[in-house]
Amino acid sequence: METLATLFSNVDWYEIWVATGDTLIMLGISLAFTVLLGLPLGVLMFLTSPRQLLENKPVYATIGLIVNMLRALPFIILLIVMMPLTEIITGTSLGILGTLPPLIAGATPFFARLVETALREVDRGIIEAIQAMGATTRQIVVKALLPEARPGILAAITVTAIALVSFTAMAGAVGAGGLGDLAIRYGYQRFQNDVMFVTVVLLLVLVQILQTVGDRLVAHFSHR
Amino acid sequence: MIEFHNVHKTYRVADREIPALHPTSLQIEAGQVFGLIGHSGAGKSTMLRLINRLEAPSGGKILVDGVDVTALDADGLRGFRRQVGMIFQHFNLLSSKTVADNVAMPLTLAGDMSRAQIDQRVAELLARVGLSDHAKKYPAQLSGGQKQRVGIARALATKPKILLCDEATSALDPQTTASVLQLLAEINRELKLTIVLITHEMDVIRRVCDQVAVMDAGVIVEQGAVADVFLHPKHPTTRRFVQEDEQVDENEQNSDFAHVQGRIVRLTFQGEATYAPLLGTVARETGVDYSILAGRIDRIKDTPYGQLTLAITGGDMEAAFARFTAADVHMEILR
Repeated sequence: METLATLFSNVDWYEIWVATGDTLIMLGISLAFTVLLGLPLGVLMFLTSPRQLLENKPVYATIGLIVNMLRALPFIILLIVMMPLTEIITGTSLGILGTLPPLIAGATPFFARLVETALREVDRGIIEAIQAMGATTRQIVVKALLPEARPGILAAITVTAIALVSFTAMAGAVGAGGLGDLAIRYGYQRFQNDVMFVTVVLLLVLVQILQTVGDRLVAHFSHR
Repeated sequence: MIEFHNVHKTYRVADREIPALHPTSLQIEAGQVFGLIGHSGAGKSTMLRLINRLEAPSGGKILVDGVDVTALDADGLRGFRRQVGMIFQHFNLLSSKTVADNVAMPLTLAGDMSRAQIDQRVAELLARVGLSDHAKKYPAQLSGGQKQRVGIARALATKPKILLCDEATSALDPQTTASVLQLLAEINRELKLTIVLITHEMDVIRRVCDQVAVMDAGVIVEQGAVADVFLHPKHPTTRRFVQEDEQVDENEQNSDFAHVQGRIVRLTFQGEATYAPLLGTVARETGVDYSILAGRIDRIKDTPYGQLTLAITGGDMEAAFARFTAADVHMEILR
């Protein structure tokens, strides 16, 4: 026990506990908003794309451009560029609250594109069959497209959640709190390798859990 | 009744106009099984999709029971589509839903039945297509023939007046094809449903259709009762389809017959004439001798038919031909 204590002499376990909680809170809230915003956006991109139900070149091109712009921007830059806007939205650009807008703005376009791709995987024949039954566009989306694309969408949520874990770690650089913040402040700036090690292991465990749960869900809903 | 009045369809691909269907007029009587046969790209798929307006015509009018389908608004079109069932070559079932939920889908979309009513209707439909034991399975767990039966049950859910079949048996093996076609014939008979089917196999037409239209390059080149078109094909495209079905190569056959003595005739019998002992009687009475070079006895839907190619030698040949012509038999002198 003593050796373990000396090995991690710099590690304040309470701080690790709090930081882990912060990371999970940031991840949970940002993922929820990302899915809430990105899913309809992805559906809209799919429907307005060429040869689809609501084909609309200007709308598709405009959304595509915005999505690509946000995706081209490195997240660390997005964090900084968005600061004024973040302050307007949440009243602060610091802490957990201050990182949520950039997290959501960074992940939503990414997720929306993945949703669009997942919808594209749905057999056109199925859409035609549902159309032939006299379905409205809304019914086609809700009753056929989304259920058929569910495994793909769950995989997209998994990938996005893991991307968000690394985003939250980066947000630590601008004082967001969380495991990334600990790793940067202690591990990097003060050369406390033991703190760095513990945070990295915890992040790895988190990613591993997310991937496993995601894969299980995909398998559960896949009936092909 | 389904009526096409001067309907045509042109696709625009990369600023070029590609005609898929030239101006076509056609009537399909209620209660019929109407077959459209053609090679891929002949326009049959376009014609089928024009009926429930999955494709919009470039011009002309399509009337179904007097209603102009081309003039329906979005709401009217959705209501109309509920009266038209459709099945597909690749079944197009939802892989994420069970067999029962797939069959329930048109009813759920219509939204005018309670859950209990829907369950009862689905059970009826699955019993009708012989899949009651598979209600809880997913499509991926079924064979091709079973999937198409689910497709048929789903298409019949809203009690449609018309059933459109898009190459419904093209992905199935011959035995399964036969059983699916039998089911379609049964449905047509018992539910008095109009069936329009498209296919590239004359065999499908022969087994279930009453009327047939042969399509080539966006034009109906021949049309009529299946027996007439099948037994006396006029257009080269139709002949090719019939020969494909009989697996006969006309040139090969002619060269085979080159060394045969006497006159060569082809006799076509239909219905009761198929069973009359005509050949023997005529041979006895006119003293001709005959040998059978080729022949086929089969059924067109419910009508038996026979087609024999004979070499005739000796005796009073003209009298024999006169007897054949007088009987209820179609005679064609090949040589």
